[in-house]
Amino acid sequence: MSHYPRYKKYRPRVYSKRMPIFWWVRKWPHARFILRELTSVFVAFYAIVLLLHVRSLAAGPEAYANFMAWLQTPVALALHTVALVMVLYHSITWFSLAPKAMVLRVGRTRIPGWAIAGANFAAWGLFSLILAWIVLTV
Amino acid sequence: MPETITLEVFRYRPEEEQEPTFQSYEVPFRKDWVVLDALNHIKDEIDGSLSYRWSCRMGVCGSCGMMINGDAVLTCAAFLETYLPGPIRVEPLANFPVVRDLVIEMSDFMEKLNRVSPWIIPAEEKPVSEGEYLQTPDELEDYKPYSMCINCMLCYSACPVFGLEPGFIGPAAIAIAQRYNLDNRDAGNEQRMEVLSDDEGIWQCTLVGECSAVCPKSVDPAGAIQRYKVTATTEWWKSKLMPWSQ
Repeated sequence: MSHYPRYKKYRPRVYSKRMPIFWWVRKWPHARFILRELTSVFVAFYAIVLLLHVRSLAAGPEAYANFMAWLQTPVALALHTVALVMVLYHSITWFSLAPKAMVLRVGRTRIPGWAIAGANFAAWGLFSLILAWIVLTV
Repeated sequence: MPETITLEVFRYRPEEEQEPTFQSYEVPFRKDWVVLDALNHIKDEIDGSLSYRWSCRMGVCGSCGMMINGDAVLTCAAFLETYLPGPIRVEPLANFPVVRDLVIEMSDFMEKLNRVSPWIIPAEEKPVSEGEYLQTPDELEDYKPYSMCINCMLCYSACPVFGLEPGFIGPAAIAIAQRYNLDNRDAGNEQRMEVLSDDEGIWQCTLVGECSAVCPKSVDPAGAIQRYKVTATTEWWKSKLMPWSQ
């Protein structure tokens, strides 16, 4: 569908500016948005590490030991530290946005945004504790 | 307090120049003046050739939106005092083609607005003799924030997605669609969903959130879009899992 369907014939020459590639460096909210998008790379990084972990487990005790040894190298530790910060930022901003998408009501009263975000954070904390318990004790 | 303040105004005269230029005007500084007052002063006293849109000068008509120092604002609500000591850079709304000076081409927005059927589509048309479609205050509250939109297009100027993908139906059109979707007198949900969840609809939105930040009427189009994403996803799952419910 044409976006400028009307008045074509008599309309004068319009001026259109294209957005520069680095449009997002000029304003902090835009830069913050791009930063948040980039944190997704680290979410993917964690997913890949998990897959490699499972693969090494399937490949036998030696491969598993090698993988665990790699996890303790300075490079792996540094990568994990950066990834942890990025994934925390990603998760916190994600849960903080939940009230934007969710409008819940009890009867006719709308549940306030902080309660929705709070419930999300509580669920996140609970699942993290359960996982930590499984990993550290079982 | 200074006596005067300088405005650097975007000029584009297609019959004279290929590229736009900036022209500086020195206007009296007054505490009670907004940028629109300064533009009117220029037009009346300094340079009658300057073109821009305005009407109500009280934040209702939505005509005087421009970029002031790079931010999309209604110039009738932008006090000169905020921008001291100046200069103040006045540009036409970003992401739209410019017709002349500060006047943008808005037929793209008008066409998109029309696409979401921004009117009540009743399930059954009642004859006028049967009276109004009644509604409780609670039911009004469901959609009222979205009904405050004045079509000023500031949200389109603030939206980088629209800047990069001009096909995107955009924040205001989606918020206005929600204004009708959430109205209990309306039954046009399905019709609007075809428009809202297609390639140029809600899924283009990456939630930068600037549309809601610049909205002079606190409409929160970003919220409207995210809410609709949930609705569209729920409907999609319903149609897959319970095809008989359609």
